[in-house]
Amino acid sequence: MKILVAVKRVVDYNVKIRVKADQTGVDTANVKMSMNPFDEIAVEEAIRIKEAGKAEEVVVVSLGVAQCQETIRYALALGADRGILVQSDDELQPLAVAKLLKFVVDRENPDLVILGKQAIDDDSNQTGQMLAALLAWSQATFASKVVLGEGDASVTREIDGGLETIKIGLPAVITTDLRLNEPRYAKLPNIMKAKKKPLEVIPAAETGVDIASRLVTLKVTEPPQREAGIKVGSVTELLDKLRNEAKVI
Amino acid sequence: MNSHQDIRDAVAKLCTRFPNNYWRALDSKRGYPDAFIKVLNDEGYLSVLIPEEYGGAGLGLEAAGVVLEEIARSGGNPAAFHAQMYTMGTLLKHGSARQKQYYLPKIAAGELRLQAFGVTEPAAGTDTLSIRTSAKRQGDKYLVNGQKVWISRAEHSDLLLLLARTSPQEAVQRKTDGLSVFLVDIRQAVGHGLTIRPIQTMMNHHTTELFFDNLEIAADCLVGEEGKGFRYILDGMNAERILIAYECIGDCKFFIDRATEYARERVVFGRSIGQNQGIQFPLARAYAQMRAAELMTNRAASLFDAGEACAEQANIAKLLASEVAWMAADTCIQTYGGCGMAKEYDIERKFRETRLYQVAPISTNLILSYIGEHVLHLPRSF
Ligand SMILES: Cc1cc2nc3c(=O)[nH]c(=O)nc-3n(C[C@H](O)[C@H](O)[C@H](O)COP(=O)(O)OP(=O)(O)OC[C@H]3O[C@@H](n4cnc5c(N)ncnc54)[C@H](O)[C@@H]3O)c2cc1C
Ligand SMILES: Cc1cc2nc3c(=O)[nH]c(=O)nc-3n(C[C@H](O)[C@H](O)[C@H](O)COP(=O)(O)OP(=O)(O)OC[C@H]3O[C@@H](n4cnc5c(N)ncnc54)[C@H](O)[C@@H]3O)c2cc1C
Repeated sequence: MKILVAVKRVVDYNVKIRVKADQTGVDTANVKMSMNPFDEIAVEEAIRIKEAGKAEEVVVVSLGVAQCQETIRYALALGADRGILVQSDDELQPLAVAKLLKFVVDRENPDLVILGKQAIDDDSNQTGQMLAALLAWSQATFASKVVLGEGDASVTREIDGGLETIKIGLPAVITTDLRLNEPRYAKLPNIMKAKKKPLEVIPAAETGVDIASRLVTLKVTEPPQREAGIKVGSVTELLDKLRNEAKVI
Repeated sequence: MNSHQDIRDAVAKLCTRFPNNYWRALDSKRGYPDAFIKVLNDEGYLSVLIPEEYGGAGLGLEAAGVVLEEIARSGGNPAAFHAQMYTMGTLLKHGSARQKQYYLPKIAAGELRLQAFGVTEPAAGTDTLSIRTSAKRQGDKYLVNGQKVWISRAEHSDLLLLLARTSPQEAVQRKTDGLSVFLVDIRQAVGHGLTIRPIQTMMNHHTTELFFDNLEIAADCLVGEEGKGFRYILDGMNAERILIAYECIGDCKFFIDRATEYARERVVFGRSIGQNQGIQFPLARAYAQMRAAELMTNRAASLFDAGEACAEQANIAKLLASEVAWMAADTCIQTYGGCGMAKEYDIERKFRETRLYQVAPISTNLILSYIGEHVLHLPRSF
């Protein structure tokens, strides 16, 4: 079995985001970038499946600027076998990403594609679903547990009402939720080994895929400042404020 | 991509598992970072300098420096690591095949801790050649007598790299002869001629005094040739200075990151204090000087890793980095106002920690005297 994992390069989750003065986006100059945390979970799951002897190869793919190679190298240090970068300097929206991933899937023929349920930069939560639709494959989103069977997978999904377990046929697309696993850290010797693993770069222009944006960003602004809260002295005062000031009850 | 950006990112990520309150709690109870050391060791970062054939990563000083820098930058204290890195050169370059085969895999695996380095004595700090702790050969043993001071982590290390006098100063031809290096098993020595007494210092540094009273150590604890120990230690000095410079750069980045963040957010007189040039300029100055020190540090490390002469660069890097770390610390406290003094912000802790590097492992005056005498060729003063 071959597993393809998609990884996105995003602003590190520890960074305090700053909006650019011209409101065209978020400032990424001199900002620490790292792998989308949900994708780390996806990489971890794929490696665990391989370590359990149920997969032979884990291929990671990233889409975007040349520096995404660093993100791929990190996945290789965690234990993936080889990497593919579909390189593009353009903004890639979820549909374009899904189409490019389909291009890679058609070349690689994996049995399973694992992605994060969303990326922490745009929080779109669309790519996995769009990819499954384009491929006409089964999909299991928001996975918190994956058990592989013969030609199928039983996936526990985190849904509003609790947990739902579904069985899907392979090949399939799975997107990861936060509680699927706890990703490992990269060991120093593995960082060194990762430098020697194969990493192929394919210019997006050579894929023939239409990656044109369908949406235009008008402006990006800071969320409004939260007003300081107050302490109330008693339940009566609380009820009074809820009723007469907030007017919610 | 910066060199070793991947290692940097990986260490920074590991450090997020040990946030500032971990270090703050250790500082207040004078605890040792065992849990942190275990994790960094398990993930292979402590053995960065140990050759691959002995189970390490076999990387150079620049990679080791990056590990220390990121620990310091995260708000942690890399002291437990640097000791192993300072001493490693002596063991790698001058240790016998048997010593390397025996010790290095165990150190790489984290079974043995080589985190103590015993040079300084009450009457010989800066002037290493006048140390008096003696090791006298008796058959297949050496008998060690004397006293050391400021020997850090002796209570938390399994091994001590010890410098002792094997021939009296009057009996040697050259002033620099007569000292030897030993690898002492502290666990066996305590209670059999070695007494360790902790010294309280202004930061959490686990430093101690060592008293040797007829401690017997096997003759094969000797590292390299008898009488050549001073040269071995000198050999390691450039590495030590470069590593300290990396730690100081890490401290600078901690202070500058924290101060700029605070200056952006703290509002006084209706605007963020960072808007005032009185706050901005000292931070900009610290940043500029840090970058200069960083360039010199990287330069020194790459020369060292290429096997080229680097004493000038190593000394200058240590001087610049330790001074700007202190300046950045002071600027950071000032930016924080009253909060800079409060323990819960970690600024005062790092402020205390970074002050050490202008004194130990070598004080600023001695660096200046190196530059005066050996780079500018001014007359020797002592
Ligand atoms: C927390 C801590 C941990 C330490 N850990 C270790 C350790 O693990 N192992 C170890 O071996 N040592 C350790 N040391 C010792 C450290 O290396 C020495 O403190 C340092 O070398 C300075 O020596 P000293 O304290 O004896 O100062 P001194 O030699 O007494 O010097 C005092 C001052 O006089 C100056 N001075 C001396 N001679 C001259 C001169 N000719 N010209 C101009 N100025 C001069 C010095 O620069 C210094 O400012 C540690 C020290 C501290 C504080
Ligand atoms: C140990 C200790 C004891 C204290 N005891 C008392 C006490 O007994 N009673 C009491 O009332 N207070 C006390 N204080 C509070 C002390 O007076 C304040 O900490 C001090 O006035 C600074 O205020 P701040 O901490 O709010 O800093 P901030 O006002 O936040 O200032 C932070 C930094 O910004 C700078 N800054 C602010 N505005 C400007 C500007 N416009 N231009 C340039 N720079 C600017 C400041 O100079 C400072 O460097 C104590 C503080 C400490 C640490």
